[in-house]
Amino acid sequence: MLTFIARRLLIAIPTLLLVSVFVFTLQKLLPGDPALVLAGEDRNPEVLAFIREKYRLNDPILYQYAYWLGGLVQGDLGVSLRTNQPVLQLILDKLPVTIQLAVMAMIIAMAIGIPAGILSAVKKGGPIDYIANFVALSGLSIPNFWLGIMLILLVSVELGWLPASGYTSPFQDPVRSFQTMIMPAFVLGTALAATLMRHTRSAMLGVLKADYVRTARAKGLGERIVILKHAFRNALLPIVTLGALLFGELLAGAVLTEQIFTIPGFGKLIVDAVFTRDYAVVQGVVLCTAAGFILMNLIADVLYFLLNPRMRATL
Amino acid sequence: MTAPALLTGTDDGDLPARGSSRAWKKLKRNRSALFGFVLVAFFVAIAVLAPILPIADPAATSWSAIRKPPSELYWLGSDEIGRDLLSRMIWGARASLLAGVVSVLLAVAVGVPFGLLSGYFGGWTDQIISRITDALLATPFLILAIALAAFLGPSLTNAMIAIGLSATPIFIRLTRGQVLSVKTEDYVEGARAIGLSDIAIMWRYILPNVFAPVLVQATLTVATAIIAEASLSFLGLGQQPPDPSWGSMLNVAKNFMTQAPWMAWWPGAAIFLVVLGFNLLGDGLRDALDPRES
Amino acid sequence: MRQSLLAALLLSASALVALPAAAADLRIGLQEDPDVLDPDQSRTFVGRIVYASLCDKLVDITPELEIVPMLATAWSWSEDGKVLTMDLREGVVFHDGTPFDAQAVKANIERSKTLPESRRKSEVQSIESVEVTGPMQVAITVNEPDATLLAQLSDRAGMMISPSAASAAGADFGANPVCSGPFVFKERIQQDRIVLTRFADYWNADAIHFDSVTFLPIPDTTVRLANLRSGDLDMLERLAATDAASVKADSRLVYADAVSLGYQGITINIGNGERGDNPFGNDPRLRQAFELTLDRDAINQVVFEGVFAPGNQPFPPTSPWYDKEVPIPTRDIAKAKELMKEAGHETFELEVQVANNPVQTQLMQVVQSMATEAGFIVRLKSMEFASLLADQTAGNYQASQVGWSGRTDPDGNIHQFLTCNGGINDSKYCNPEVDALLDKARTSNDIAVRKESYDAALKILSQDLPIIYLYHQTWIWALDGKVEGFVPFPDGMIRLQDVKFKS
Repeated sequence: MLTFIARRLLIAIPTLLLVSVFVFTLQKLLPGDPALVLAGEDRNPEVLAFIREKYRLNDPILYQYAYWLGGLVQGDLGVSLRTNQPVLQLILDKLPVTIQLAVMAMIIAMAIGIPAGILSAVKKGGPIDYIANFVALSGLSIPNFWLGIMLILLVSVELGWLPASGYTSPFQDPVRSFQTMIMPAFVLGTALAATLMRHTRSAMLGVLKADYVRTARAKGLGERIVILKHAFRNALLPIVTLGALLFGELLAGAVLTEQIFTIPGFGKLIVDAVFTRDYAVVQGVVLCTAAGFILMNLIADVLYFLLNPRMRATL
Repeated sequence: MTAPALLTGTDDGDLPARGSSRAWKKLKRNRSALFGFVLVAFFVAIAVLAPILPIADPAATSWSAIRKPPSELYWLGSDEIGRDLLSRMIWGARASLLAGVVSVLLAVAVGVPFGLLSGYFGGWTDQIISRITDALLATPFLILAIALAAFLGPSLTNAMIAIGLSATPIFIRLTRGQVLSVKTEDYVEGARAIGLSDIAIMWRYILPNVFAPVLVQATLTVATAIIAEASLSFLGLGQQPPDPSWGSMLNVAKNFMTQAPWMAWWPGAAIFLVVLGFNLLGDGLRDALDPRES
Repeated sequence: MRQSLLAALLLSASALVALPAAAADLRIGLQEDPDVLDPDQSRTFVGRIVYASLCDKLVDITPELEIVPMLATAWSWSEDGKVLTMDLREGVVFHDGTPFDAQAVKANIERSKTLPESRRKSEVQSIESVEVTGPMQVAITVNEPDATLLAQLSDRAGMMISPSAASAAGADFGANPVCSGPFVFKERIQQDRIVLTRFADYWNADAIHFDSVTFLPIPDTTVRLANLRSGDLDMLERLAATDAASVKADSRLVYADAVSLGYQGITINIGNGERGDNPFGNDPRLRQAFELTLDRDAINQVVFEGVFAPGNQPFPPTSPWYDKEVPIPTRDIAKAKELMKEAGHETFELEVQVANNPVQTQLMQVVQSMATEAGFIVRLKSMEFASLLADQTAGNYQASQVGWSGRTDPDGNIHQFLTCNGGINDSKYCNPEVDALLDKARTSNDIAVRKESYDAALKILSQDLPIIYLYHQTWIWALDGKVEGFVPFPDGMIRLQDVKFKS
């Protein structure tokens, strides 16, 4: 098991390199000159020349990548072209925010999606199934911005229960932090709940017909035990893969939700950075979210092992 | 689930032709699947018939009808520059259904074979495909999309390619995961023992097991693809103004949530219905193709 | 339910009791997150709003755009218009305790001119040298008479930062800016907040009534307004024009606006590379025909609910520099068709690029629809701003919808765009006659001479139409009813002198 994890962590390094090469190339393909964006409204030629020189924009792409990689090896992710702040500092500022939002959203998604999926599979074709499907699919197709703005208008402006937007660190004021995060987490969570619910339902339907479930039923075990212990345990496999993927996506930030609730997470940072051609920030943040993503995948695979003993033999 | 099903058991020996005709019969008997089919068919019909329907020009503006609520003249109301929302909804169905369906088909067509290869053969094949998948998954959608716009030039087709490509890795992962869990099953081991070729094993024993989660994911991805088209038209990669799509209509409606809420209602409701339709239809297909279900 | 109501009442009651003791913090909602907080490196409009509380300038402006004393108390030009002598305010200190004096002014202007990262270079280009002529007096020498200099010094180029802090921090000054304004920089979390606290030793401390100011970037206009309504903000800038009516109708809110100094228009590629060589770039009659299809009042009504100011010149109709002899042309489709026919076209296909934000796209769809009636087939190319800017600079466009944030001095709205060698002349329009007039207006300190030159230039430009001006944005602020004393300025800034909470 430990060697498996160690091997996977080693494999992660070339994957991350691949991501960085990929993102770097994509960025260089983007039209638009960062110097033009950064020089200010009047685009003084001296300033343009200086910026191109300072950020080595005139050098061949391969050199530029080498400089970046060289810095990375020494633990230097460069500075933001837009604000002159070190990229590492930016990431450290926003990482806790992003993680907090992702965790809260994931909890909400699982709390809604998994029970709804199980119920809907067990009561397949009945009214509960229809209602669960209907609610879950509305969660998926209601645009995040619409739900977000509606919640702000209702909960914050009309009722005055929660702050409309903004962010407070849980270390500063845990209650307020929870209050500011609960609406955005709900908006993100409901959208994910649909995906989780649909996959749980599908996986449950699959295993409910499997031999061992029939055997368990035949043995006269209680329905609850059959469903939770035998069926759900086996249905967990695809749900775990998907959960890890969804969580990994959450770590890359949720642009629209962050923008509406004004949460300083990765999503907004990366979009702003792409728009202002802030290469160093894009490179740094993508590297970080990619690492988070790969970690989530590793966790999913470890869970696979634990849930499906037969697979141990194949690896 | 019923007693006869228990007795019939799995009959893997069915010929494909017989299986699919039986599946079609089962599908027709499934009421909710039929409802899903009707929903999808309705929107497809609207999209196809848009040019011959007796509706206003979707680009015709009227300065005296800016953001008017639904009325006899404008059944669904009018938008921010006085265009008829009904005809924009109908014309928008074309762009949105295309964006939703074509991009998902692309993602499935590319994702499932690679997932199969990766999961079945393991080893170096798996390593290479998995690493590239991981790298793709970890790359933000937006960067991919803008870069594609630069390459190909803005259009609806390129938007579909961008959405499809970014949805591909999730199908690779899903397929691979499913293959991994199935390939250790006894019947696969058995098939291998009797000397069936890899392709035959994948086709007959593995692919059917991959089908259900992929179908579920695909019907869900149709929704996200339709919404993704909105962000892309916002970036200048999707449908160009004044041509409508549901996504871009929602984007505009976002700025008039308090002044003209109906502008968000219709595209929102349409996306919901299409998504519901695809999901119900997907469920029905899933059941119909499942040999254990009568 | 009743219990929670009671609890809420108790809470609010205790809040009321606690209020007088609590520190007065003003919370301002901004549309964007400012860039680097160094007046010499800064390039965004929103950054200037923060500077208004953080950094004092040599001179300031009135809402009527007259130059008034700030850190400089008096000034005079030499006979030949080449030396500007300024007397400086006594008793001013920077936030780090460094005294403000003539040396500090010299160091500041030299930093704007020589710091490699400086974005102020064009603004202080005319300054040749700064001489310390007394402890509290400087003489600024320019290479040729420059009527725009004082206006430049009323903005970022005239902001004074602590010379000791600047030399210590170098280009990283923006991480911890030290100025001499009413508030001191405390902290900044990117995309979240910028907090400033009251500067006890401020020279004009009596005019300041807040203990701290918090700037919160909230990009979504609906959400920004919701925050004001829920009491999470005390004021916000750049309210959407479409929300103006609902704010005016809300008795708990206060509405304030001012027509901006900038403009929005369509820049036409006339001589910028190969793509300028097309009938629309070559034949002014086509451009005139295009302008005649536009009903600028209708555009203003449809897109901005009549809140903005329609315009056809680089200056808004309310400006003293506006040429009243070139009024906004009324829409005339028949005449537009006639001009097109003269130019040899029944219909004409035109590609206009537009930034991909919803308001600009809406604007251009209205324009598109209007132009269709005379036979213009307008194709809109909605682009992300960085790409749009790159294409526009490179000449890879036919027409482009862009704007300018505006400058106090009229020269800043016209010279660099429309003179042959203008730094941001993306149209590459070049007319020696216009060049001569605009140069003359720039170098004369006589208002009558300047006005005459601008009028003459505007008459030519209204025929040549390298830029078809459409409208002038109106800055709109919304404030909580408890805030009083706020004065709207056409530069869009928020000056906190004499602003306070009602007691």
